[in-house]
Amino acid sequence: MRLRHGTFAYLPDLTDDEIAAQVKYALERDWPVSIEYTDDPHPRNVYWEMWALPMFDLDEPDGVLTEINDCRSTFPRHYIRVLAYDASRGRQTTALQFLVHRPPNEPGFLLTRTEGSDRRQSYGLSSYATTVATGDRYGQE
Amino acid sequence: MPEAAAKDRWDPGVQSYAGMGYWNPDYEPKDTDVLAVYRVKPQEGVDPVEASAAVAGESSTATWTVVWTDRLTAHDLYQAKCYRVDEVPGRPGEYFAYVAYDMDLFEEGSITNLTSSIIGNVFGFKPLTALRLEDMRIPVAYVKTFHGPPHGIVMEREYLNKYGRPLLGATVKPKLGLSARNYGRVIYEACRGGLDFTKDDENINSQPFMRWRDRYLFGMEGVNKAMAETGEIKGHYFNVTAATLEEMYERADFAKELGSVVVMMDLTVGYTAMQSMSNWARRNGVLLHLHRAGHATYTRQKTHGVSFRVLAKWCRLIGVDHMHAGTVVGKLEGDPATTRGYYDTLRDDHIPTNLGNGIFFDQHWASIPGVMPVASGGIHAGQMHQLLDLFGDDAVLQFGGGTIGHPLGIAAGAEANRVALETVVKARNEGRDLLREGPDILRKTAESCKPLEVALETWGDVTFDYTSTDAPDTVATPTA
Repeated sequence: MRLRHGTFAYLPDLTDDEIAAQVKYALERDWPVSIEYTDDPHPRNVYWEMWALPMFDLDEPDGVLTEINDCRSTFPRHYIRVLAYDASRGRQTTALQFLVHRPPNEPGFLLTRTEGSDRRQSYGLSSYATTVATGDRYGQE
Repeated sequence: MPEAAAKDRWDPGVQSYAGMGYWNPDYEPKDTDVLAVYRVKPQEGVDPVEASAAVAGESSTATWTVVWTDRLTAHDLYQAKCYRVDEVPGRPGEYFAYVAYDMDLFEEGSITNLTSSIIGNVFGFKPLTALRLEDMRIPVAYVKTFHGPPHGIVMEREYLNKYGRPLLGATVKPKLGLSARNYGRVIYEACRGGLDFTKDDENINSQPFMRWRDRYLFGMEGVNKAMAETGEIKGHYFNVTAATLEEMYERADFAKELGSVVVMMDLTVGYTAMQSMSNWARRNGVLLHLHRAGHATYTRQKTHGVSFRVLAKWCRLIGVDHMHAGTVVGKLEGDPATTRGYYDTLRDDHIPTNLGNGIFFDQHWASIPGVMPVASGGIHAGQMHQLLDLFGDDAVLQFGGGTIGHPLGIAAGAEANRVALETVVKARNEGRDLLREGPDILRKTAESCKPLEVALETWGDVTFDYTSTDAPDTVATPTA
């Protein structure tokens, strides 16, 4: 399967130039940009690991691209995303969030059904990748 | 009021409303007053100021004759004051009447009570041929007696883990007649293809061809399968509208138990039931979608009724997370400037007066969350650049026919919409001019996306280009 995560989930993976353009859009709005990675792609996994702190006060996207590439070489078999954050009053939330890296194979999700009474089902969702310990998922480095 | 007149004020019999103090051009509205502006169309021969004073009177303390029992009250405070009357530009015989109401006239946190005064008896008042409530200013002090949307735009995005783009939905079609099993199929295909939401139509409740419980069970099977295939959160707005509030609670509880992130209700259930459902949604962590079924019976004609911008304010106070607010480019009524005013009213924290958009008053919402406006009705992928330009990111774009009617199937229809949306968001962020380049951007993307190519071939030229019936008359507008 192909994980649908983030603002551009249905487009082909963005090139570095395209990533830079989106980062530029964020920086022009004074949105600090950060990088996060994970090997647990569950849609309710909110807290991906932070690749250093959010980058405040940047003018140009070059520094973000450098960090993305460092993260990619450290975690070539993880998902990596870029986030832009809007700290303004009434928002204080993510403004933009998109993938910049995927593992080479994406095994997808298992849907479990637990029978309840009166035809009710309890549904559960888990990534096939997370059946093994973190760090060992998506094959060997 | 001069002394002699003040004395005559209490003579038994019928007096002019203006003379009884309901017209007071010197009145300066307090920050805590509820303000309303009405479009008044008096019967021939009725003085516009007297007609406007009568509107103030009949929507507050007055009856048709003088009553001495007024003198047992602080009547100066309780009587509404019409403080300004303007001719409507270009509309002879119509007047904008501004009326101030003291906050004490209204029960805290009750739109039902507010509307019983403001649109209670007065709309049937004989000396007027027509009356329209154009706008209201809700003072912050009264705003603070409401909880507003159970979640609001920001919390909804964090709950769904979706940012930086409008959300996508589709209403299941045909709107009546599908069995529950087939209905669930449409939900599954549309969600797996790329939509965030699917939706019951307003008139899907629990009919002989599909009972609500069956729909919920098959629907959640579709939602969960689509989540597993895509790895993103999906929802179907299960309509919990029913004949009684008890029955609505039962349906909403069942949807929650099955894990639905959202339920919906129709405006036809009434303000009290809506606010009870709002409290339910807040208590249970379920998003609440409102379909404005029936609104056009009183919002559409500019001479009589209630403007949708007023209804939008009431619904934000009552507390809904989504509300249909028009598309401009689709099949249903909607002038661009007026619709802009609705979207601002639902989303922003402070809306400055903007007569061109039909906004008569500054409105402060005092951090009450924003409502996600929903654009639904006759829109398709070929309009995506226009929709993004009109509405920005915080909206739900709903393509019912434009998803389900796709020649390659429902999932392909959904994918076409999602790819079109992400393409135009990406292009906008890159600094492209959407209105000028939009069609080219979509065509270019379609070269490598068959579903989008087919969608553009099928619907690319479809427009609903009719003149709007409701446009602001405060300034000249091209559609007036």
